[in-house]
Amino acid sequence: MNQIKHVDNNDLKEKINFECETGNYHTFCPISCVAWLYQKIEDSFFLVIGTKTCGYFLQNALGVMIFAEPRYAMAELEEGDISAQLSDYEELKRLCLQVKRDRNPSVIFWIGTCTTEIIKMDLEGIAPKLEAEISLPIVVARANGLDYAFTQGEDTVLAALAQRPNAKQLETPLEKAIPTDKDYIEHVPLILFGSIPDPVVNQLTLELKKQGIRVSGWLPSKRYTELPLINEGNYVCGVNPYLSRTATTLMRRRKCKLIGAPFPIGPDGTRAWLEKICTVFSIEPKGLQQREDEIWEKLKYYVSLIDGKSVFFMGDNLLEISLARFLIRSGMIVFEIGIPYMDKRYQGAELQLLQKTCKEKNIPIPIIIEKPDNYNQVDRIRDMKPDLVITGMAHANPLEARGINTKWSVEFTFAQIHGFTNAIEVLELVTRPLRRNQKLEKIGSQRYTDRR
Amino acid sequence: MKLAYWMYAGPAHIGTLRIASSFKNVHAIMHAPLGDDYFNVMRSMLERKRDFTAVTASVVDRHVLARGSQEKVVNNISRKDKEEKPDLVVLTPTCTSSILQEDLQNFVNRASIETQADVLLADVNHYRVNEMQAADRTLEQIVQFYIKKAQKIKQLDTTKTIEPSVNIIGSFNLAFHNQHDIAELKRLMSDLNIKINSIIPEGASVQELKNLPKAWFNIIPYREIGLLTAEYLKDEFDMPFIDTTPMGVVETANCIRKIQYILNDNNADVNFEKYIDIQTRFVSQSAWFSRSIDCQNLTGKKAIVFGDSTHAAAMTKILTKEMGINVVWAGTYCKYDKSWFEKEVGDLCDEIVITDDHNLIGDLIAKVEPAVIFGTQMERHVAKRLNIPCGVISAPVHIQNFPLSYRPFLGYEGANQIADLIYNSFTLGMEDHLLEIFGGHDTKEVLSAGLSVTSEDSEIKWNLESQAELTKIPGFIRGKIKRNTEKFAQEQKMETITLEIMYAAKEAAA
Repeated sequence: MNQIKHVDNNDLKEKINFECETGNYHTFCPISCVAWLYQKIEDSFFLVIGTKTCGYFLQNALGVMIFAEPRYAMAELEEGDISAQLSDYEELKRLCLQVKRDRNPSVIFWIGTCTTEIIKMDLEGIAPKLEAEISLPIVVARANGLDYAFTQGEDTVLAALAQRPNAKQLETPLEKAIPTDKDYIEHVPLILFGSIPDPVVNQLTLELKKQGIRVSGWLPSKRYTELPLINEGNYVCGVNPYLSRTATTLMRRRKCKLIGAPFPIGPDGTRAWLEKICTVFSIEPKGLQQREDEIWEKLKYYVSLIDGKSVFFMGDNLLEISLARFLIRSGMIVFEIGIPYMDKRYQGAELQLLQKTCKEKNIPIPIIIEKPDNYNQVDRIRDMKPDLVITGMAHANPLEARGINTKWSVEFTFAQIHGFTNAIEVLELVTRPLRRNQKLEKIGSQRYTDRR
Repeated sequence: MKLAYWMYAGPAHIGTLRIASSFKNVHAIMHAPLGDDYFNVMRSMLERKRDFTAVTASVVDRHVLARGSQEKVVNNISRKDKEEKPDLVVLTPTCTSSILQEDLQNFVNRASIETQADVLLADVNHYRVNEMQAADRTLEQIVQFYIKKAQKIKQLDTTKTIEPSVNIIGSFNLAFHNQHDIAELKRLMSDLNIKINSIIPEGASVQELKNLPKAWFNIIPYREIGLLTAEYLKDEFDMPFIDTTPMGVVETANCIRKIQYILNDNNADVNFEKYIDIQTRFVSQSAWFSRSIDCQNLTGKKAIVFGDSTHAAAMTKILTKEMGINVVWAGTYCKYDKSWFEKEVGDLCDEIVITDDHNLIGDLIAKVEPAVIFGTQMERHVAKRLNIPCGVISAPVHIQNFPLSYRPFLGYEGANQIADLIYNSFTLGMEDHLLEIFGGHDTKEVLSAGLSVTSEDSEIKWNLESQAELTKIPGFIRGKIKRNTEKFAQEQKMETITLEIMYAAKEAAA
């Protein structure tokens, strides 16, 4: 069942081994993206059109958030909906009017699920009509488990947003934001895409400002009504490794130029990301070497904890390549990089940086396993005995009981990990199990089960 | 379509998985899309299970959608058979697979030709039953399967044990304080000199199911899951069962009397009255507690109760019959069990509420303004918002409902625990109330002098952006960050704090 493929990229002098397993792995359903997107886009409402199963997942996975009057809900399909005894249009209209009345959002996102796919509910067809009727924008994203894993949910939503035509050039002149500013050089507008918390948006925007580059907008913005203008010929650049559909949409539908860069995760990634953007705008980057060195200096203690230790990524959120690259740079040995889906073009620059990093650290390039098989992986973990396994919550406790340190991968999705400032957060997470174990040394055996 | 934010009972497949993964050496294979194996996370996180959950998915993806599962499900079943050597594989349909309408029974038939393990298709309809009903049905299905199997090969031994013995049908994973309840039931049975024949399904092997008829009777502590199995065993082998939940001293006594009746019916000649009396008056504390002066103050206080039918009914009985508290309304989300619930508590409260709409429950609580709420995690949150004390008495549950220490709800120790729960909820409420009357703690001034939060006399200005950023920092660390940033700015001889300086300070502090 396993296939070994080689990627032929002329820039990759040494070939990276990609393997593909059975796809029997644990990950979150992509509808989980509503958890962070409804908080990011403050005037939105997310309606997940699915079954009790979807609802149960959201309710349990998002824990406490559910009680804070969330701006998301299930449109729970009943037997009548499945057997088409009820009109989808009428039903959705009823629910959306209720949402409009109770919450008055600026936009409603419809999240399509496995069920809407299977019964072929024509959400994209219904939305424009309903949008006109209730005069509220409706954005449709198919974030289902048939096609996507976990963070790819955000990709489907952002790709849908990227397709929205620019709002009519508003009366308020945009020019007021473009002063005769000596801080910036003149360049083609740059729009960054990827949902990250506002403080991190500010941090990355400021890093670019230091190089004289102005960020014209972010996709998504804080509010739906503040979505950036995207025009033909603009430059776009991603901050997250799982946004390949969004990138494709921006290139093909909006005729933007994609800056293919490594992702700003870790000081090495952040620097490479900034440098790549600078190169595109023909700017000589200033002070980056020093900035990166300073950050590494601050990470010294954490690096000393993980230097020479080994790590195994089971794979579930597509951040794996970037994280592995950063950890290798920090001195770790990576046994295996599991990943749900690998877009070799969108992640091309990141793969190259991984390769370069391995070369400089003089270690072999880890094998990259697409669509991993968790059962096989646990077997390999038993053989390899890595110092740390980065994995989902389904496997964490059982592995810990077998004396294997784990870190929940989901935390990397929810923590602030981008840019120079937050490099430390990544290592905080990675070293936590190691630091914890140092303190627990007195409790005795590390094994807490007799089973295999 | 229904607009839903929250639900009390999970989807059907969760119930099936809870039963399958409760048994020892049973593997469940879900016919489901990627991401539907969230059950594994819950079991591993909430129950802190040390072993890998014996649930895998046979993933439904685009290919399956286009051309059907074909060999996939069969291959996955035989693969698990080889890897794990389970006694039984339960193929579990999900909402997705039920609309695909593939012939899963056919896969089961084909797979079971090759496998060492038995293979079953869980007989649940996703759109008609919920988690509990599905669990109830799956348990019956598995028990029935193994009884029939034993009958077929003439290995079914229905001779009763010599000593009185019992099957406890109702130990599950991901259930409310279940592990402790079962320990308490075991203790009760040993006090009564009744041997435990079998406890199913948690930790039980499917091989021992054929021994179920050897017990004298069955106990079903929770009516949500286990009743169907008990009824089946009654029909098939004329085994009596007791579905009185021994929760609270009165109901525990009732349950014990029923046991006595069954045993005497089988010529055991036992009398448990003395045991009940001693337990009630001297061993358990809760009956005496009800008489004590403290508890007098609770008389006539208004409470509301909501939960699954077992716990909500039992709690209503305890509050009214054992504590003299006024239950304004009692309710359950087990809509299918309406008539039983009405019969049990109809004359114990002013009104009965049967719904699974948490908004309605929230509204009803707000209207009544009870002194205390006993409900699920959802009611706990409603209570927090309305500033009403709340005790959690029923699933759905959080991780804190899986306590490490011994916290049964059943039996005499359970009665103690419940009395504590009730009393503590009320005292907190009283204290709050008194504080309000007297305008809060009089130590306020003194306290705040010690808990210095901000240095008001700081010279440094914050510009608008950085002020806005500061407000986004969670309250409990904002003071610290503010101080650190100001200190940093002073060191750098800056007069105004900007965003850049904030981040620089953060980096410097790291």
